Formats: sequence, structure tokens, C-alpha cells
Amino acid sequence: MSKDMSFEAVMARRSETMKKAIGIDYSHFESGSIAFDYERMMKETGYSLEEIQEIQKETGVGNTPVLELRNLTKLARKFSPKGKGARIFVKDEAANPSGSFKARRAATACYHAEKLGYKGVIAATSGNYGAAVASQAAMRGLKCIIVQECYDSREVGQPEIVEKARKCEAYGAEVVQLTVGPELFYSFLRLLEETGYFNASLYTPFGIAGVETLGYELSTEFREREGKDPDVVVVTNAGGGNLTGTARGLIKANADTQIVGASVNLSGLHMASDTQFNKKSFTTGHTGFGIPFATWPDRSDVPRSAARPLRYMDRYVTVNQGPVFYMTEALAQLEGLERGPAGNTSLAAAFALAQELDEDKIIVAQETEYTGAGKHIQPQLTFAKENGIEVIVGDPKNEVPGENIVLPKDPSYVKIEEVELDNIKRSYIRNCIKHTKVDRVSREDIEFLIKDTKSSKKFVEGILDELEVNY
Amino acid sequence: MDAKKGSWVRIHNIVLKPEDRSPNLPEDTKKVPLEMWDKGFLLNEFANIGDIVEVETYIGRKVEGKLVEINPYYEHDFGKCVPELLYIGRQLRGYLEGSAQDE
Repeated sequence: MSKDMSFEAVMARRSETMKKAIGIDYSHFESGSIAFDYERMMKETGYSLEEIQEIQKETGVGNTPVLELRNLTKLARKFSPKGKGARIFVKDEAANPSGSFKARRAATACYHAEKLGYKGVIAATSGNYGAAVASQAAMRGLKCIIVQECYDSREVGQPEIVEKARKCEAYGAEVVQLTVGPELFYSFLRLLEETGYFNASLYTPFGIAGVETLGYELSTEFREREGKDPDVVVVTNAGGGNLTGTARGLIKANADTQIVGASVNLSGLHMASDTQFNKKSFTTGHTGFGIPFATWPDRSDVPRSAARPLRYMDRYVTVNQGPVFYMTEALAQLEGLERGPAGNTSLAAAFALAQELDEDKIIVAQETEYTGAGKHIQPQLTFAKENGIEVIVGDPKNEVPGENIVLPKDPSYVKIEEVELDNIKRSYIRNCIKHTKVDRVSREDIEFLIKDTKSSKKFVEGILDELEVNY
Repeated sequence: MDAKKGSWVRIHNIVLKPEDRSPNLPEDTKKVPLEMWDKGFLLNEFANIGDIVEVETYIGRKVEGKLVEINPYYEHDFGKCVPELLYIGRQLRGYLEGSAQDE
């Protein structure tokens, strides 16, 4: 008897398929209500920091260089009030195999898959993570399938994503390319059912724990060279895993560091829209992932996401597309580093944030990513123009995502926009109530929500009052 | 005859017709099918572009689809010259030298 492969039938089998493909029974950590035991999930299903350091060492991941961006610091100081202008550093994550910090997540996922005896791994990603999984799978002798959302209905593909496909194929992976739509998840589930491979999800405890080494290295390295922890670490934020892992690593090192999330502002563009798909000039690091994943992390491809950015974020800012392209060019021209562009979102934010901080402070943009054909300011802006986006020089505050890209006319126009974190936390709590359909919030739920939003009892209860929910 | 057994080819499939797609989609996406492309070695003895064929993917999976390309290659590149970017390097170096050459 053949299985029913219709959309509804495959989706209905989702939790069973997922359990087989990840090897985690998430029900162990559930309370039956809003709360779940996050720390126990991370501890029992993940790896310790020391184990991960060993795993990553095996495949040459991590211990990437930290570079001081002296010229960009000098430039920021020209536009800062007297005495302001923190020293700007970058962690050159492009030095990882496969060219991005995602190798850290893939290293643990592929190690785990091999250990459990899976023959192959599958990941649903259009980004650097695909290349990372393909590269780590090659090292461990695992087969690899990457499922990408790549084209619109005209078969026009984002150059950045086409390049990612090439890179995955270079490592011997099969790349399944799809048109726009959330049913990518349906194709992904079908492949998991068919192959019995491991789901190398970005959001498992071991994936997130893989990033903890990044935060830990930052603390260790700065203590060694500067005698203190970095004052501020800026993290490009999309699905929340980079921020969560980095912050957890810093906490494990007992670092006293402020964590700032930064996303490219793509407000107004619908991520599942066929006609808007190619109107965006960034395929990751943007608000189209950053906001929905912060306000509802459990939307991911696992029942409970290990990426929970609101737990760790002290501040959340957005930058427009123009300034990120501008800073990408600045990084090449002044520091001799051709990286990004998407990974330079945190750098653009760090450049603006440095101007608020005293000169003796240290601010770190915690990643870079490789640059190549398709994945570079020139092809991405060429593509933007071909899709009707106007590229102009002026004040980026006039930028309208999907209509234009405004390159700042000078560095003083590289600005950040504050995201009201309390609003994001409020939406998250509202989503918790909506998705679990509880009519009464327990004391355990309140404790969980306080931790999951890095807030207070007063804040959480205030929101529950506002929503007229009993507790 | 465009391709023979063992040729490296690209195939195309409709995964979901518009009426079979997820109910929660923006209006424009609802109107179009979910399409898929994959690559593999041709398993049929001979085939022409447009034929429904079977391939073995690089990792050894068998997939059916419409033959669309033989020896597929990547067309992405470093783009065209974007003159709007040219001011940035000179402007920034100008600031550092203390003689701004912006505008």
C-alpha cells in the first residue's frame, strides 16, 4: 500500500516524521502548557561546551581570528561626539570551512547524525547553512540533501541563493530547488520520509550549542588580548540561533557583555509572496525572519526551538539595506576584507553604535561570511536594478524596501533604528497564549515567560492583564 | 536525440498545483504552482528536452521529471558595474586622510 503523499497527509504525519529524523522526543520537556524545560532540553540532548570544542576541532571549525578594524574605528570617531567612538572589532567567521559561522551549527548536527548512525543529512535552507551542512557532511562521509527556496514563478533566482546551490553541489550534495512558498516544509518532510536521513535543523539543541563556542571564544580572546570582555557584541539576527548560541557562550564564560541583535529592515515585504520574493536584496539577516522568529520561535521545523533570542537580547536594532551595502564596501576599501554583504548587518549596526560609546569601550561584530559570485554587492545590486529597484545615494531613512535602496551619502547617514523590545515581548506572550490555547496561565508558565522574555514578573503579569488572561 | 544514458541533466517538476497548495498563502503565490528543479545522471537510454525522464541524483536518489537542461551550468556572476558604488572608497579614504573628497 502506498502512502498518501498529499499536502494534508504529509503535514499530518509531521511530528512522527520529525521524531524519527531528529531522535529527540520533545514531549519529555513539555509541561502540557506554555512552559517547557529549556535548560534541561539543552543539557540532556545537547553537548557540553568542552565536547563541542572537541567536535569542532575535528573538522577545523572555530577559533577564527578576531580583527581590530582600526580604520573603521577612526572613521566612526570622526562622526562621534568628543570622547566617543568605541574600538570596533570583527570575528572573521568567514575563516570557517564553508565560509561562515554556520559551520559551527553544522559541525554538531553532522557529528550527531553520524553518531546515531544516520546515512545522510537533510537541511531546509537557502543560506550559508546549506553550504555548512554539505561541507561537514562531506568530512564525515554522510550523504547530504539541501532544500532551497530559490526561484519565483518566472524561474528567476536570487543570485545569492544560486551561489549557495553551487557551493553545496561543490561539496557533493544534492540540491533540490523550489519556487517561493512555505510548502518547502512539505517537500522537506517528503524527503525525510523517503530517505530516513537526519534532519539537520538549525533549531535543535545541538545546532544552537554549536554556536556557544563562538561566544566563549570571544570572551577568552578578549580577556587574553585586552584584559577584559567585550563591552558590546552585535549579532546579525534572523532565526535567532546565532544570537542565542553566542549569548549562551558568553554567559558560560561569565562575561559581562551587552548583546545587541541587528536585522536589515525589510518591513512591508511579504516573505511568501511570489512577486515580492525578488524585490528584496537580502535573503537573510532581515526583519522578515528576525521579527517573526523572535515573536514566535516555535514556528521552526522542530517542535521546540532551541533558538530563543528574547531570552538573551538586551537591545534590538534595524539598519536599512543601503547602509549595509555601504559598510560592506567600507570593509573592503578601508580594512582590506571582502566579506558579506548580509553578514555585515551587525557591522553596520556596530559602526553606528560605536559612536554612542566611550572610546575605551570595545564593540564586536561577531561574524563575517564569505563573498563570491552572486554573493557580493555588485551582483546583488545589479539584480535589484533588474527587478525594478532604484539604487540611489542619499539619506537611507527614505529607503522603502522593495522600491529603492538608498546608499548613505556619507558615514553620518549610517543609522540604526531601535526596535521596541517590549512590543516584541508582548507579541511573543500573546502568541504563547494563542498557540497553546490555555485559559489559565500557571505559575510555572509565568516563571518560564519571565525567563523567555528576559523580563520581570511585573512585566509578564502586566501583559497578561492587558490580554485579560487568567493566571 | 539530446541526451543519452549517463548524461548530467536538470529536471523540473510541479510539486503542488495551485489548487493543492497550502491554504495560507498570499494572493499572488496562490495562483502559481509549487515547482521543483533537481539534477542527476539520466537513466533513460535516450531523451529529448521536454521528455519525462528518470535521473539518479549525485547522492543516488532516483527522481522523475521533465528534462530541461543538459550539462547545466551556473550563470551567476559578479554582476554589472554599479556606478552608484564608486564614490564610497574615495570618500572614506578622504575622511581618513583628513581631506574629505565627498560629493
